[in-house]
Amino acid sequence: MAKMHLTMTVNGKAVETLAEPRELLVHVLRERLNLTGAHIGCETSHCGACTVDFNGKSVKSCTVFAAQAQGAQITTIEGIAGPDGMHVLQQSFREHHGLQCGYCTPGMITRAYRLLQENPTPTEAEVRFGMAGNLCRCTGYQNIVKAILAAATEMNSAKEAAQ
Amino acid sequence: MNDQSPTHDERVAGLKGLGTSRKRVEDARFTQGKGNYVDDIKMPGMIYGDFVRSQYAHARITSVNTAAALAVPGVIAVLQAADLAPLGLHWMPTLAGDKQMVLADGKVLFQGQEIAFVVAEDRYALADAIELVDVDYEALEVVTDPFKALEPGAPVLREDLAGQTKGPHGERIHHNHIFRWEVGDAPATDAVMAGADVVAEEMVYYHRTHPCPLETCGCVASMDKINGKLTMWGTFQAPHVVRTVASLLSGIPESSIRIVSPDIGGGFGNKVGVYPGYVCSIVASIVTGRPVKWIEDRMDNLMATAFARDYWMQGKIAATKEGKITGLWCHVTADHGAFDSCADPTKFPAGFFSICTGSYDIPVAYVGVDGVYTNKAPGGVAYRCSFRVTEAAYFIERMIEVLAIKLGMDSAELRRINFIRKEQFPYQSALGWEYDSGDYHTAWDKALNAVGYDALRTEQTQRVADFKAGKTRKLMGVGLSFFTEIVGAGPVKNCDILGMGMFDSCEIRIHPTGSALARLGTISQGQGHATTFAQILATEIGISADLITIEEGDTDTAPYGLGTYGSRSTPVAGAATAMAGRKIRAKAQMIAAYLLEVHDNDLEWDVDRFVVKGVPERFKTMKEIAYAAYNQAIPGLEPGLEAVSYYDPPNMTYPFGAYICVMDVDVDTGVADIRSFYALDDCGTRINPMIIEGQVHGGATEAFAIAMGQEIAYDEMGNCKNATLMDFFLPTAWETPHFTTDFTETPSPHHPIGAKGVGESPNVGGVPAFSNAVHDAFRPFGLTQSHMPHDHWRIWRIAEQLGLHA
Amino acid sequence: MIPSAFEYYRPLSVSDAIRVLVDHGDDARVIAGGHSLIPTMKLRMASIGHLVDLQAIADLRGITVGDTVRIGAMTTQDELITHAGLTEAAPILKEAALQIADPQVRYMGTLGGNVANGDPGNDMPGLMLCLDATYALTGPDGSREVKARGFYQSAYFTERTDTEILTSISFPRPVGGLAYEKQKRKIGDYATAAAAVQISNAGGKVAAASVAMTNLSDVPVWSEGAGAALTGTDCGPEAVQAAVAAMLEDINPSEDSRGPVAFKRHVAGVILSRAIARAWSRA
Repeated sequence: MAKMHLTMTVNGKAVETLAEPRELLVHVLRERLNLTGAHIGCETSHCGACTVDFNGKSVKSCTVFAAQAQGAQITTIEGIAGPDGMHVLQQSFREHHGLQCGYCTPGMITRAYRLLQENPTPTEAEVRFGMAGNLCRCTGYQNIVKAILAAATEMNSAKEAAQ
Repeated sequence: MNDQSPTHDERVAGLKGLGTSRKRVEDARFTQGKGNYVDDIKMPGMIYGDFVRSQYAHARITSVNTAAALAVPGVIAVLQAADLAPLGLHWMPTLAGDKQMVLADGKVLFQGQEIAFVVAEDRYALADAIELVDVDYEALEVVTDPFKALEPGAPVLREDLAGQTKGPHGERIHHNHIFRWEVGDAPATDAVMAGADVVAEEMVYYHRTHPCPLETCGCVASMDKINGKLTMWGTFQAPHVVRTVASLLSGIPESSIRIVSPDIGGGFGNKVGVYPGYVCSIVASIVTGRPVKWIEDRMDNLMATAFARDYWMQGKIAATKEGKITGLWCHVTADHGAFDSCADPTKFPAGFFSICTGSYDIPVAYVGVDGVYTNKAPGGVAYRCSFRVTEAAYFIERMIEVLAIKLGMDSAELRRINFIRKEQFPYQSALGWEYDSGDYHTAWDKALNAVGYDALRTEQTQRVADFKAGKTRKLMGVGLSFFTEIVGAGPVKNCDILGMGMFDSCEIRIHPTGSALARLGTISQGQGHATTFAQILATEIGISADLITIEEGDTDTAPYGLGTYGSRSTPVAGAATAMAGRKIRAKAQMIAAYLLEVHDNDLEWDVDRFVVKGVPERFKTMKEIAYAAYNQAIPGLEPGLEAVSYYDPPNMTYPFGAYICVMDVDVDTGVADIRSFYALDDCGTRINPMIIEGQVHGGATEAFAIAMGQEIAYDEMGNCKNATLMDFFLPTAWETPHFTTDFTETPSPHHPIGAKGVGESPNVGGVPAFSNAVHDAFRPFGLTQSHMPHDHWRIWRIAEQLGLHA
Repeated sequence: MIPSAFEYYRPLSVSDAIRVLVDHGDDARVIAGGHSLIPTMKLRMASIGHLVDLQAIADLRGITVGDTVRIGAMTTQDELITHAGLTEAAPILKEAALQIADPQVRYMGTLGGNVANGDPGNDMPGLMLCLDATYALTGPDGSREVKARGFYQSAYFTERTDTEILTSISFPRPVGGLAYEKQKRKIGDYATAAAAVQISNAGGKVAAASVAMTNLSDVPVWSEGAGAALTGTDCGPEAVQAAVAAMLEDINPSEDSRGPVAFKRHVAGVILSRAIARAWSRA
C-alpha cells in the first residue's frame, strides 16, 4: 500500500513523515517520530495509555489513522514540559506518588493537562470522572487524583500571583 | 566542631533512609515519557514476529496453509512446530514440572493457543500475513469444567502424557489429572470433624481471573552471530531464571546469553513464566540473524498468558459451641488449564495454599489438592500474591463467616476468640509453617475502633428492619477480613524455581568520592526498588540515598537472583541489601580504625560516621572512609570498598492485616456502592510509608476489581468470554473506592531490618473484605455462600433466589 | 490491532463524499469520529477498501436552536455537552452524552456516527426515538428525511442505503421534563439497560409521555405502550408499574457478560421507573 506524505505540528514543531493511511497515529508517533511516551495497552480503545492532545482535545492516538491526522496539532507527553522545566502536573505526580510502573503516566498527565485547561478548579468527583478514560493497574487512582488536585491548586495560585 | 555542623537529626534526615517517604527517583523519566519499555526498543534491522492463534479450544490441526501469507510483501518466514522440533523446542518445560507446546503440535488445547509464528519486516505486513494463514481444524470434544474433566468418559486432553501414571508431583489418577498434593493430618482432622459440636461445610470458589498489567508481554531477541551472543530484552520478572532456562533450551552457554528486563509496565505475576513468544523470537532471530520483536495484543494476553486462581475449595471447619475452632479440612480441585505452567517453587504444586489456617490457632488441619487439565489457557500464576495465598486467605475468611453463621455469632468476635495470640509467636501452624511474628489482637482492636464497628452493626440492624418494612431497597454489608500471608520465598532448602534456590542478592560498590552503586537480583515493575533499596542501604552505610544508584535487571551485571513476585523482594533481596551494607560497614570500621589510629572496638557507629568512643570530636565519615579505601595502603586490607551478599532467608515472612469494607447494595439492580474501605497493614519495619500506601491503594483496587466483576470465563465450547477490556473488568477512577490506610508495626524477628514485604497484602486481604461485605449484606436473609465475582447480575441473582424481589 | 489497508478520501463537500460511495458501493464507508468504526477495523471485523473522512465538510457541523433543534451530524458528544444554547434548550442531550463512553471518546465521537451505524448499544438512538427526531439523509438522488422511529431495522441495518450520508439530526425543542437513565458496569461500558423519558405535566396529570429503551433489543425500542400507560395519569406508582409492564412487552434483551435475560428485564424496569420519576420531577 502506498504511503502518504504526512505533515503535522507535534510539540510545537512542524514534522513530516511517510505513513500508510491506515497507520495508527500512536504508531506514527512511536515508530516514525520516535516519541515513545504514548503507550499501547489494548486494542479496543479502552485503556487510554496512548492519550495525546490532538487539536486541543484529549484523544486516544490508537483510534486515529495517520490519514485523519494530516495537518493536526498534537502535543504528546514529551511536549508537556515547558521551557523552564517540568510542568506542574509532572512535578505533582512525583510529589504525590501518582505513579508506580509509569506505563499509564504519559496518558494520565497528557489527559490531566487538558482537563485542567477546561476546568481549572475541579472537585475530586470531577477529576475522577474526567480521568475515567485512563486506566491504571498500579496506583488505585487515589494518588493520581491527589496529584491533579494539587497541581490545579498550584496552577491557580500561580495565575493569581501573576495577575 | 563548628556551629554549622549538622545535628544528629539533620544527618539522619539527610540520609533519606529507612522510614522516610522519599520521593521516587524513577518518576523523572516516567513523567516525561522517557521510560524504556520493551516496545520502545528499536534496533537496526529489527523485524517483528507474532502468532496465528487457535479459534478452537480443542481441535486437531489438519493443515496449515502459509502460501498466501508468505506472498505478502515484507513477510520473511512462518515457523511451525515442525520447524522447532529439530531444535527440541516445539515443546518446553514449564515451571511446574510439566511441559507445554510452544507451537501447536498436531492439536490445540485452548482457544488462543499459538499455532504458527509469522515473521515480517514490519507490524503491518505481519498483521496482513497472519490473517492469510489458513488453518484447518477438526473439532474435538471440549471440557471446561474440572469436575467433568475427571469423569471416566472425559475427553483426553494430553495425548503426550498417555500412559503416564506418574507426574512430577506423584501419582496421576486419571488422564486429565495432574497431581495430588497433601499436607496435614487427615485421620486426626476427620476425627475432629466427627466429634465436633459444630461443623460448617461450604464449597468456596475463587474464580479464574488474570493479572492484566497495562503493558502486555513481549521481548526483543537478538542473536549476534558474529560474537555468538544472544541478547534478549523482555518483560521478565525473573531475568536470571530466564537466562538459565534459555541456556538449557537453546544449548547456548549462559556466558553467551544476556537477558535484560528494562522498565516493565506492571507484572503482577503475569511476567514470571516463559512464553512461546520468547522462544519463537529467539529461534527467529537465530534463523534470520536479525533482532526479532514480539509484543502481544491485549486479547493475546488475556486469552493465552498465565491466568490466576480457579480453585474450587471444599471446606469443613469444626468448632466448640462457644466458637473455638478445633479443626479445618480442605479439598481443592485446581483447574490448571491445558498445561500446568503454574509458577510455584517446585516442591509446592499448590504453592503455599497450606497457609489456609490463616490468622487462627487451629490445632488440627488437612489439605488435599487435585490439579486438573481442562481446555483453557495454561497456568496459573500468583496474581499479586504469594503462591496461592489469595486463594488460601479467601478460603479461610469465608469459612470463618460460614462458621459464624452456623454458630449464630458475630464474625468479628469469632475471629478474636481464635486469633493466634501474641505470646504464641513464633507459631507452628498445623500445616507446617512457622509464622515469624504477629500481634493480631492489637491490630484487630485498632481496626474495629477506627471504623466504629459497633455503630455499623447497629446501623445495619436498623437497615434490615427498614428493608423488611419496605422503606429501602438497599442492604448494608460490613465485610471483615483478617489475613496472614506468607511471602518472601524462600529458604533454599525447600524453595526453588526449576532447581534454582530462592535466595537473593545484592552487590555494592562504594566510589572514591563517597557515592555508591548497588545491583540486585530482583526487578521492579513499579514497586520503586531504585528508591527504596537505596533507603535501606543509606541507613546501613551512612551515605545519602540520593548518592546511591540501584540497578536491576541486566543479567550481565546483576548478581543472580530469583526475581520479583510473591512480595519476595523486601524479605529476601532487602535482607541481602542490608547484609551487604553491613559487610561494607564492617570494612569501613577497619579503615576508620586505621585512619584514627585506634582499635576497631574503640569505634562506635553514629548515623554516617565512626566515632571514637568517648571522644566525639574524633570521627571519620563514610565519605572520608570511601576516599581512604582508594587512597590509602592499609596493612591487611585490600584496596576498594565493595561487598556482595547472597541471602538465604531462614524462613518466609508473615505480613498481616485487618481490612474492613462497608457497602450498600441495591437488591434490584445489583449495584454495590462501596461506602468505605479501611486497610490496616502490618508489614513489619516500614521502609517508605508513601510507597507502602501506594501499594495498598493499588492492591486493594485489584482486589475490588477481582471481587466485584473481573473474571476470565468460558462457555461450554471453550470460547473465552472476557478477552477484551470491554468485558474484562478493570475499574476506572470513577468506580474505584477511596481507601483509608493504617498500620501497626510488628517487625520480623529473623529479617535483618525486620521488614516483611507489603506489595501483595492488599490483594490478599482485600478480596475477602469486599466479598464478605456482599455476603454480610444478605446474611440476615439466609445467604451462606455465593461465588465471586459479585457483579451486578450475580448480586441481583442472590436477591432473586432469596425472594427479595417479591 | 492493525486494520487492513484502505484508500483514504477527505472530501470538502457532501456531494464529493457521495461520489466515492457511489463509485465503490459497499466497499466504501464514511468515517465520522471513528470511535465505533476504527476499533471494529482494528479487530478486522470490518474490512473497508475506501474510507471517506467527513471531518472537512463544514455543512455537517453546527447547532441551531429554535422551535426545532438542528444538530449537524459531525457534532461531537463533547460539543453536545459544552454548547450553551443547546444545554438551555435541550439539556437532555448533555445529560445523555455525559453517560456515553469516556472523555477522550466524547471529544471525537459524533452524534451522527452514534445514531447512524445501527449499533444497538449506542445511547443516542434511544434518545432520538424518545424525542421523535428526524434524520436528514443525502444520497446521489437527493435528500430525504426519515423519522428516527422508522430508521432502525435490525442490528447494524438501518433505512440508510450504502450511498447515503446522514447529514443532520433534528427534533422539536423539547417540552416537559426529560431524563436519561443508564445502568452500566463501569464508565465506558454500553448500557445494561437505559431509558429515555420525556413527560409533560398539565395540572398534575401526564399530558404526554414518550419512552425509549436502549440495548435491550437488536434495535433501540420506542415503547408506545409505555408512553400510553402514563398518559392521563398522575404518574404515581400504579401508572409507573403499568408503563414498566408495557415496556417489558416491547423489549427483547439477550444474555451477555452483563447478565441473563431475567436480570436485564428486571433492571430495565427499575431504570425506567427511575427515569420516569426524574423526568416527572422536572416536568
